[in-house]
Amino acid sequence: MEQQRARLKKFISRFFRKHELQDDEDMFELGIVNSLFAMQLVMFVESELGVALTDSDLDLANFRSVDVIMALINSKSQIAAE
Amino acid sequence: MEEMAVMQDARRKTRRIKCLVWDLDNTLWEGVLLEDSNVRLKDRAAEAVKELDRRGILQSIASKNDYEATIGKLEELGLSEYFLLPQIHWNTKSSSIRTLQQALNIGMEAFAFIDDQPFEREEVAFVHAEVLCLEACPLDELLVLPELMPDIVTEDSRNRRLMYMSDLRRAAAEEEFKGPQEEFLASLDMVMSISSANKEDLQRVEELTLRTNQLNTTGYTYSFEELEELSRSPRHKLLIASLTDKYGAYGKIGLSLVEFQDDAWRLKLLLMSCRVMSRGVGSILLQHLMRSSKQEGTRFQAEYIPNDRNRMMYITFKFAGFREAFPFGDGGVILENDLSQVGEFPDYVTVQVID
Repeated sequence: MEQQRARLKKFISRFFRKHELQDDEDMFELGIVNSLFAMQLVMFVESELGVALTDSDLDLANFRSVDVIMALINSKSQIAAE
Repeated sequence: MEEMAVMQDARRKTRRIKCLVWDLDNTLWEGVLLEDSNVRLKDRAAEAVKELDRRGILQSIASKNDYEATIGKLEELGLSEYFLLPQIHWNTKSSSIRTLQQALNIGMEAFAFIDDQPFEREEVAFVHAEVLCLEACPLDELLVLPELMPDIVTEDSRNRRLMYMSDLRRAAAEEEFKGPQEEFLASLDMVMSISSANKEDLQRVEELTLRTNQLNTTGYTYSFEELEELSRSPRHKLLIASLTDKYGAYGKIGLSLVEFQDDAWRLKLLLMSCRVMSRGVGSILLQHLMRSSKQEGTRFQAEYIPNDRNRMMYITFKFAGFREAFPFGDGGVILENDLSQVGEFPDYVTVQVID
């Protein structure tokens, strides 16, 4: 889990070179990234982090900050555990 | 009608070459440059190069030769501008083709290589089985090879080389840029124009629907005749989007077809060129349509048929606020947007709507 968070932050940091993004900061609100980035983020979560996302997960609200994304990922593994 | 469909299928099955790589000594010109600096072009060579360029086929060089002397000779012959990234060195030609494949970002199967020496052709074929290897032949024959004959030559085809050169300059600028992506995008001064497809556009539109590497929400293809009817139909809106920036034109990079149904606008096709995805302009056409639909007070629905290449389009829809409404066709879905949150166009691009 921690490893996933670290890899996620590393991936995201490439898009925020001048800004130290906080885990709870809304990436899209900052106006630094756009919908293209959103898509790359989804692809990263699905293929690099290996998280299976359902179509209903694909809501921008689930990808706004590192914390929110991790919450989504955690909820997926809890379901898998059940 | 059926005959035409069969012919179209056959044409689609012939592979299309996007880049022809030339050997020089005894292929493009008679003789060996380092033995005799007065080499002369083979018969009709200049015409062949220019004709292929007109058809939108990129050309380059893989020659074992001295770089300075060779470039000098090409400039003297007035042909140097036609060859992108000439590979002139003493390493293998297969390595030259690999370099070109990576730099131009084209599939290996879209490459052809012409060389008079069987050894060179075999070396390339051994390393890259997909490359079409050609013997040096009378250049008239070269020009009638089906693989080198595109179905349609559009304005975008004629400018393809220039567009690639702009791309290379842009890529170099992006490499050097120190700052966030959005600042780089803003520095490009991009202008996107959206207009109803007119007669001149239709060939390019047909080409876009046929090219399988475009991001396409439904995968529907339309013949030129069908597109003509649609462009004149009062129940349809066919829009085409072009993009330019300070380095030059990207060409026509997006297409949408909306059908005005009784209670909703139905987006039957939304297609974007992969080339512009990294520019973050993929959803602008969609946003424009949503805005227009909202102004008209109609509902807005979109058809989506998944294939192995278009998930990005599904994500584009979801992130633009579309929700699945009901299944459709064979494995497809109708998505609907309640238009409560129509986004703004990104600041770094100027959008011109010419309707």
